[in-house]
Amino acid sequence: MSNSERPSQILRNLNAKIASIPMILTALVVFVGGTAWTVLYSFTNSKLLPRLSFVGLDQYHRLWSTSRWLVSIENLLIYGAISLVFSLVIGFVLAALLDQKIRFEDTFRTIFLYPFALSFIVTGLVWQWLLNPDFGVQRVVRDLGWTSFSFDPLYNSSIVIYGISIAALWQGTGLIMCLMLAGLRGIDEDIWKAARVDGIPMWKTYLFIVIPMMRPVFITTLVIIAAGIVKVYDLVVAQTSGGPGIASEVPAKYVYDYMFFAQNLGQGFAASTMMLLSVVIVIVPWAYLEFGGRKRG
Amino acid sequence: MRYKFLTAAFAATVALNVAGPATATDLEVTHWWTSGGEAAAVAELAKAFDATGNHWVDGAIAGSGGTARPIMISRITGGDPMGATQFNHGRQAEELVQAGLMRDLTDIATKGKWTEVVRPKSLLDSCTIDGKIYCVPVNIHSWQWLWLSSEAFQKAGVPMPKDWNEFVAAAPALEKAGIIPLAVGGQPWQASGAFDVLLAAVGGTDAFLKVYKEKDAKFAGGPEIAKVFKAADDARKMAKNTNVQDWNQATNLVITGKAGGQIMGDWAQGEFQVAGKTAGKDYTCLPGLGLNEVIATGGDAFYFPLLKDEAKSKAQEVLAETLLDPKTQVAFNLKKGSLPVRGDVDLNTANDCMKKGLAILAKGAVIPWTDQLLSQDSQKQKEDLFSEFFAKPDMTLEEAQKRFADIIASAD
Repeated sequence: MSNSERPSQILRNLNAKIASIPMILTALVVFVGGTAWTVLYSFTNSKLLPRLSFVGLDQYHRLWSTSRWLVSIENLLIYGAISLVFSLVIGFVLAALLDQKIRFEDTFRTIFLYPFALSFIVTGLVWQWLLNPDFGVQRVVRDLGWTSFSFDPLYNSSIVIYGISIAALWQGTGLIMCLMLAGLRGIDEDIWKAARVDGIPMWKTYLFIVIPMMRPVFITTLVIIAAGIVKVYDLVVAQTSGGPGIASEVPAKYVYDYMFFAQNLGQGFAASTMMLLSVVIVIVPWAYLEFGGRKRG
Repeated sequence: MRYKFLTAAFAATVALNVAGPATATDLEVTHWWTSGGEAAAVAELAKAFDATGNHWVDGAIAGSGGTARPIMISRITGGDPMGATQFNHGRQAEELVQAGLMRDLTDIATKGKWTEVVRPKSLLDSCTIDGKIYCVPVNIHSWQWLWLSSEAFQKAGVPMPKDWNEFVAAAPALEKAGIIPLAVGGQPWQASGAFDVLLAAVGGTDAFLKVYKEKDAKFAGGPEIAKVFKAADDARKMAKNTNVQDWNQATNLVITGKAGGQIMGDWAQGEFQVAGKTAGKDYTCLPGLGLNEVIATGGDAFYFPLLKDEAKSKAQEVLAETLLDPKTQVAFNLKKGSLPVRGDVDLNTANDCMKKGLAILAKGAVIPWTDQLLSQDSQKQKEDLFSEFFAKPDMTLEEAQKRFADIIASAD
């Protein structure tokens, strides 16, 4: 009986399947095809124009012995850790505060979310001015009388990446807050009542009951933040263009610079393949746990 | 703003041309000349081209060559070529030519006797690949200039230096007066260019050629180049308080007397001119940093992508001829602050600094520039190294020199 029904499984929802063919083709050709092409050409010595003359792992050897790439990776790790931890913590705390049924909640929500409406380029430019020692925060404080005050993160090689992170947090936490707030609103009111009846303090309720219940929201948030970290580029370009020197370079900028400015496609492709690899290393175990585990369980 | 003003100016010239021949062809020309002096210069080219009955469609791309070149190259390789485009002649467009995307101009060149009028000869050589000419050089730009502000030195109470060494000696006095001794903007090419100038000035012409032309890595790591790194270290210390990015902002520091000097190409002169400053009075220029008076014959050239449209191809020929026309050459180069590529033009109106340049050119003290000697890839690696070197005071000279030698060893 079930054997004879199997062919109809394929034919079921035939219209929908036909309709999704263009998207499947796009995904295969543009995403998978483009990726495969890039990886393939990263093993060649393509300069301005792609050409198939293979040089093995040369581009990768050069990549990992270039100090600019190593600095980029280090910056990405610092920037990633900061934006992950702080945007989650600040976003959640803000959301929890807003969730206390305060007055003017809409106003506050708008204020916190507003920076997200700005592009990274605008954000970067605003913070470049704010952090410029000649007419930003440092100048204002000095004019108030503290003449030895010094605050110039964008012009100091050792802390420049933190200066960039500030701008990123200012821009991004509003969105995280909104996602968290939506998650909090999704928690059943009865759970709060039950917790109150049991005499559990509020912070414990958040930490041990609400947060575990918000797992799906956290996962969505993590994916959004992680994607933002790996692709960070425009913020750096607007704020420092990688400077001072090469102190605030990031991998995406390395890829762009070597593909277009240096007219060395092979080197740019090698770097972008490494970026893809890092994403895969993060995504695969997570996807395995998330989707693979559920099927069995 | 400038761009709007320009387009307005073009619109005006177009209006005048309506009465002219009906064969007007629009030709889009892309370039990265957007600062005040540059925009004034490119308006001269547009005027001359519009006068031939065609129409110059301005495709200015802001943000200097580093930003503009990728856009131009993607347009050409992506099948949407413009009518003509600026590049620094040399190796930037080499692969585009080899891929057959650029137009061979040999016929027009023979007709116009370019080989006789263009001087120095090395300019046309940089346009020539496999015996065919692919570009029209329009000016000679040299990097070897030290621009000094009279105001700054007066304020510091020290005499105007006559060469790099005196300048370095005057640095403490400038700093005491609250003046940044040397302005170096944050864009990577500025640090790298300043080093190349120091290499030619402090190390000498032979050292320069040995490193960049013969790519002798052992020499680049040797004691003679160590001297140059010592000078670069001085420059790094003098420049440490420059908090600007763009080169014209750095030039502006010199114009306003906030900085003592700047190592920058002669395009900086256009900025001084726009600001209404007089050479010799408000500012002084020292070619070759006053140590080794040579001029590098880098510069700008126009390349013409191969087009299918016949009318546009005709207009390309007209543009190529217009660019080398003696009158256009004078008008353009006076505004641009660069030297004309023809030896037979009248430059009585040139200012002090340009005359110094012309005299050096007449003596034949010319060297090829890194645009002609190194690939973009090696140039970029060099930029990465020197922008790091200038921004990081604790990077040792030995480490920097070792990495420099490594780049030269793998350079192509």
